[in-house]
Amino acid sequence: MFIIKYKKIFISISIGLVVLSLAFLSIFGLKFGIDFKGGALLEVSYKTTRPAQDEVVKSLEALNIGAVLVQPTGETGYIIKTKDVTDAEHALIISTISEKGKNIPEEKSFSSIGPSVGNELTRKAIIAIILVSLGIILFIAYAFRKVSKPVSSWRYGFIAIVTLLHDVLIPVGLFTLLSHYYGAEVDTLFVVAVLTILGLSVSDTIVVFDRIRENLKNHTSANFHETIGKSIEQVYPRSINTSLTVILVLLTLVFFGPEATKYFALMLTAGMFFGTYSSIFLASPLLVWVEEMQIKNKKK
Amino acid sequence: MWKKRISALIILILGLLLGYFVFGGEYKYIAHKPTPAWFAKHPFKLGLDLSGGTHLIYKADVSQIGSTSVTDAMNALRDVIERRINIFGVSEPIVQVQEGSFISNGEQKLIVDLPGITDVKKATDMIGQTPLLEFKIEAPAGTKKDLPEATINAKGEIVLPDMSLTSQFISTELTGRYLSKATLEFDQNTREPKVSLQFDDTGTALFAKITKENIGKIVAIYLDGAPISTPVVREQIPNGQAVISGSFTPTEAKQLVGRLNSGALPVPISLLSSQTIGATLGNSAVHAGVKSAIIGFLIIALFLILWYRLPGIIAVISLGIYVIIMLALFKLVPVTLTAAGIAGFIISIGIAVDANVLIFERIKEELKLGRNIGDAVSAGFAHAWFSIRDSNTSTIITALILFWFGTSLIKGFALTLGMGVIVSMLSAITITRIFLSAISFKSEGKVARFFFSSGISK
Repeated sequence: MFIIKYKKIFISISIGLVVLSLAFLSIFGLKFGIDFKGGALLEVSYKTTRPAQDEVVKSLEALNIGAVLVQPTGETGYIIKTKDVTDAEHALIISTISEKGKNIPEEKSFSSIGPSVGNELTRKAIIAIILVSLGIILFIAYAFRKVSKPVSSWRYGFIAIVTLLHDVLIPVGLFTLLSHYYGAEVDTLFVVAVLTILGLSVSDTIVVFDRIRENLKNHTSANFHETIGKSIEQVYPRSINTSLTVILVLLTLVFFGPEATKYFALMLTAGMFFGTYSSIFLASPLLVWVEEMQIKNKKK
Repeated sequence: MWKKRISALIILILGLLLGYFVFGGEYKYIAHKPTPAWFAKHPFKLGLDLSGGTHLIYKADVSQIGSTSVTDAMNALRDVIERRINIFGVSEPIVQVQEGSFISNGEQKLIVDLPGITDVKKATDMIGQTPLLEFKIEAPAGTKKDLPEATINAKGEIVLPDMSLTSQFISTELTGRYLSKATLEFDQNTREPKVSLQFDDTGTALFAKITKENIGKIVAIYLDGAPISTPVVREQIPNGQAVISGSFTPTEAKQLVGRLNSGALPVPISLLSSQTIGATLGNSAVHAGVKSAIIGFLIIALFLILWYRLPGIIAVISLGIYVIIMLALFKLVPVTLTAAGIAGFIISIGIAVDANVLIFERIKEELKLGRNIGDAVSAGFAHAWFSIRDSNTSTIITALILFWFGTSLIKGFALTLGMGVIVSMLSAITITRIFLSAISFKSEGKVARFFFSSGISK
């Protein structure tokens, strides 16, 4: 099986991608949205023409409501970001950008989130991430409780977790790019996407390991390498096909779906893609590599 | 054999009936005619981000309330605000108490969802108008502040001290939450309007105690934080009746009665955050969601049929039934659909194929081992079940945790995804199986084998 033969190349590709993602993460950083930071976001759309961006910014800054960010959206709309505002300030903002009542925009959406709600959401997100990770680690431990030869069961678990990190880090790295160039912000859905990737990608790895376990038990091949190679061969049509169907629906969400879930679907697509990639091109080569190291150590 | 075919037929008919139930309710979108009454009872329930509306989070200040009665006070608060909103005729508002926990820093919150209301100002006014009625007594002598003295400032002006009553009164347990009824009356002598209050049982007991202990003293009645009446107690009042006689105009008195009867807030609240989605934005999100669901389904159907041939067609039929079952569940449970929830459902369609693909790939392997088609099908199902279970467990774990910890947005996603995964597992191992075994191939000819194989195996 060529994947096992060239395992070092595939492992290097994965390491390269992860390093690249980490680099993006440290250079661009993650931009947090108002869900977590608190603040206000107003999306308006004018009937025919919108006032000039500079003027909107200028007139809003005159209101003394702190930093104001105005981005054009669509043909005739703006997205306005400020600190969290009261009802009165909200009404003031609307009247300010209405060009003295001559050009009243339609308010498409408005959110003002107080810092304490943002803090609560941050805590919730952290707890959810911890719980999902724990749940999945426990599940991996349970799934591999009976495998012990020639690679002991905790090593399967460890490799599954390594691939899991790989599957999450790469989409997060992609997101920082989106964040840098298209202004995507870390919101609730970002967290949901990360957690869903965790759930989806581990299942793929487990299916591959499951097959290896079954083939090891039945002694279908002469050695560990061949068993793994054979297992991958048996599993990859299934693995690719099932991921492909999920990726296909995710792509329809990216291209045709609601605006609100676009980045979410894009992140999941990346997660699904690399989740499938890693279960075949990373997890199994790592397993062989670990076994080789074991043998080498014994010889010493 | 006939038994299997009949059960396959029954499932097909049930699926069609369920489909009629699901799509019959959406008749107006398909044929642009009014929905038949029976279907209208079970519409899809759309979340605020799809239907348009306002989502408000209030913080309740429960610092004045003993920790044991916080839950009661919060429930009373919820009931009052619900009544207040109902007066304004908002359809299907949701008012929920979010108990304080270590996640929320112990803050007690009230979450209000108002579908169709896109004017935040109007919404908060509607809720904010509820009066906060409090009864306060004179501060006990020891703690009572000494009457401040007038001072002379640098310019030689005399500065009068703050003589306002507010600093002289302390709160009691008696508030508007113990009010059972308020009525408008007119004084027989002066013809001045006055508001008469009747307390409930707890309120009556509290009021009796307060009046007993404060004979000869002032019991101040505060409305929205300001004293509106400061009568002196002459005797104990055991029957739970009190009268507010301020200098009201008849209109003011009438409004106050209306506000008091719709409920006084048991605890003060302050707005923490508000979110509004315009109806147009919500509408376009629904259209986009439905469109991508349909396109996604068609692409998958095409893929399955091209790749898996006959089993592919069966998988498409069982996937169609899966979609109908899910949509029916959305209506019957009912599940509140949000943009994220629709995304979860669409992803679950992709995952639902997963189980079918697993089964078909297993069947193909069994065929390669030289079994006949019938045996290969049953062995394929038996072997695939464990993989199906294992590969979905982690997604179910994730969905469960997200559902427990999520905000309404996340809950919508977790629910549709979790339900989707569970229903898809069941539909794959039952529906697909019945259909596959209903089509038996007596001959083991090349044609049959071709139909059961997929592109890659030849």
